[in-house]
Amino acid sequence: MIRVDEKGFYGKFGGAYIPEMLYPNVEELKENYEAIMASEDFQKEFRSLLKDYVGRPTPLYLANRLSEKYGAKIYLKREDLCHTGAHKVNNTIGQILLAKRLGKKRIIAETGAGQHGVATATVCALMGMDCTVYMGEIDIARQRPNVERMKILGAKVVPATSGSKTLKDATNEAMRAWINNPVDTHYIIGSVVGPHPYPEMVARFQSVISEEIRWQLKEKEGRENPDIVIACVGGGSNAAGAFYHYYNTPEVRLVAAEAAGLGVSSGKSAATTALGTPGILHGSKTILMQTEDGQVVEPHSISAGLDYPGIGPVHAHLFDIGRGEFVAVEDKDAMAAGIELSRLEGIIPAIESAHAIYALNQIEYGKDDIIVINLSGRGDKDLETYIKWGGY
Amino acid sequence: MNRIHYLFNHKKERVLSIYFTAGFPNLEDTVSIMEAIQAGGADIIEIGVPYSDPVADGPTIQDSNKIALDNGMTMKLLFEQLIGFRAKIHLPVVLMGYLNPIIQFGMEEFCQKCKEVGVDGLIVPDLPMQQYLDEYKALFDQFGIVNTFLISPQTSEKRIREIDENTDGFIYMVSSHSITGAKAEISEEQITYFKRVEEMNLKNPRLIGFGISDSETFSTASKYSNGAIIGSAFIKVIKDSKNLSEDIQKYLKGVKAQ
Repeated sequence: MIRVDEKGFYGKFGGAYIPEMLYPNVEELKENYEAIMASEDFQKEFRSLLKDYVGRPTPLYLANRLSEKYGAKIYLKREDLCHTGAHKVNNTIGQILLAKRLGKKRIIAETGAGQHGVATATVCALMGMDCTVYMGEIDIARQRPNVERMKILGAKVVPATSGSKTLKDATNEAMRAWINNPVDTHYIIGSVVGPHPYPEMVARFQSVISEEIRWQLKEKEGRENPDIVIACVGGGSNAAGAFYHYYNTPEVRLVAAEAAGLGVSSGKSAATTALGTPGILHGSKTILMQTEDGQVVEPHSISAGLDYPGIGPVHAHLFDIGRGEFVAVEDKDAMAAGIELSRLEGIIPAIESAHAIYALNQIEYGKDDIIVINLSGRGDKDLETYIKWGGY
Repeated sequence: MNRIHYLFNHKKERVLSIYFTAGFPNLEDTVSIMEAIQAGGADIIEIGVPYSDPVADGPTIQDSNKIALDNGMTMKLLFEQLIGFRAKIHLPVVLMGYLNPIIQFGMEEFCQKCKEVGVDGLIVPDLPMQQYLDEYKALFDQFGIVNTFLISPQTSEKRIREIDENTDGFIYMVSSHSITGAKAEISEEQITYFKRVEEMNLKNPRLIGFGISDSETFSTASKYSNGAIIGSAFIKVIKDSKNLSEDIQKYLKGVKAQ
């Protein structure tokens, strides 16, 4: 049975390894999130915003030409059609409603590609809350349009200038900001990482993805379970959402596509399960890329959203017990898959999601298999990277 | 007797603990900095084990961690440097480090090394009390290592009591809602918090850290506790120092002046 235990662990992974200064905040969240999320009032507001504001349910689209090319029945779960362009908003809607009920006045967040930052800035505008987003200096440079979107939405974007100047360091800065403002501030973590209860809470908000896949597939195919679900994994929030209702259905294969960067052995990679070992990162025990000495290794991926040296503890657990199949997709293959999907289906995917598309080349399946790929985001934000890459 | 217990048995007021990052400013400075801290009249030496992602630390200590790592500091090297330091240093020595490098080294081996070289205690900011009790307390006890917990203005009275109950050394009072090095002076609000904790009559002595930098802040903190810890301000002193021993002693003399 895959589920979080009362101490916040999935098997060997998870927990809350945090400085005492964050203990009251995390404890407050832990004590309250389940009751708040279960309340009728919360569910009503959450569901109504997902429907009317985010645009859910997102389509489950049978990609005919892609299916023909790969020789299987391939559906795309169109999270790219969510308001703001990615699945991230499912979680930010949930967390802002939670923050309101906890009486918080300010929101802080970290962001990699900027999708979570935009989704956070969006819900803060929606709820009239003050918003500060921490973003690595390098990501600010490569995701300019998202930086400007956050600013238009009224958020303050603060560059993280330490370490690798990417998502890991943005997360460090957000945690420091939370330590500095513990009383009135809620930290909206964007992935299934961080101290308990964040990984489980974020996964539950994202679990609407697999909840919908189940009934949509039932409508289309007469069965709730596909043979395979594929999703990309940086921290792993879209994957957690797409896998959530299938964790304990062993006949559904769960495939996680990590970013291999320039190649798993190139020294420029973010393929965490291939390169990582157990340790502690951002408040939870998980698998992370680190030196023998326990220093966190700076990752690389062309996709800012996957450029993270760890994975959420639930994914570490899926890997550990062999429930998930992990593949590593190189920059060049992801870019090619992004262009291929654009040509075959008229959908330009986010480079993150393109990793999941490429995974079709790395796993075994039969021609009658039903495969659902979680298309976590759209490629608008990556236009500059596509242009620089060329090849189309 | 552990040197930390001995210290607090004999000194209840104006205990001064000085933090520096091992491997900073230069790789081989560790023991000479310890000697200068002792010569300058401090009471506890706190050695930071550098880490790539020190989330509880502000920019000054982050930078010192990065420089130390770039210089090539590792846990293994630090323990090599510490072999034999007890011939020169009688002050209690505490290692401050984040949990991940310690568990990669191996907690048991780490505690054993601490005991071998003569380290008295540990501060692991991201090791929560429950995990400590569940997983590591037995090891710490076996090797006679004193563990130190932090409390902050947000820590509830109930939690402070639990921490006091599970501490046998001293309690590290974080002076405000902040990461290290953040504030310049001590506010009324902070003093209210210091008094509130003082009136709890805890069994352990308390040292106040974060935002302590000079004789004034040291004296104020000492009025409401058993003393204070200086980190970022000390890192700034040694950062550009041309004569570490002289500059450190001069700085400590200034801090201790009443």
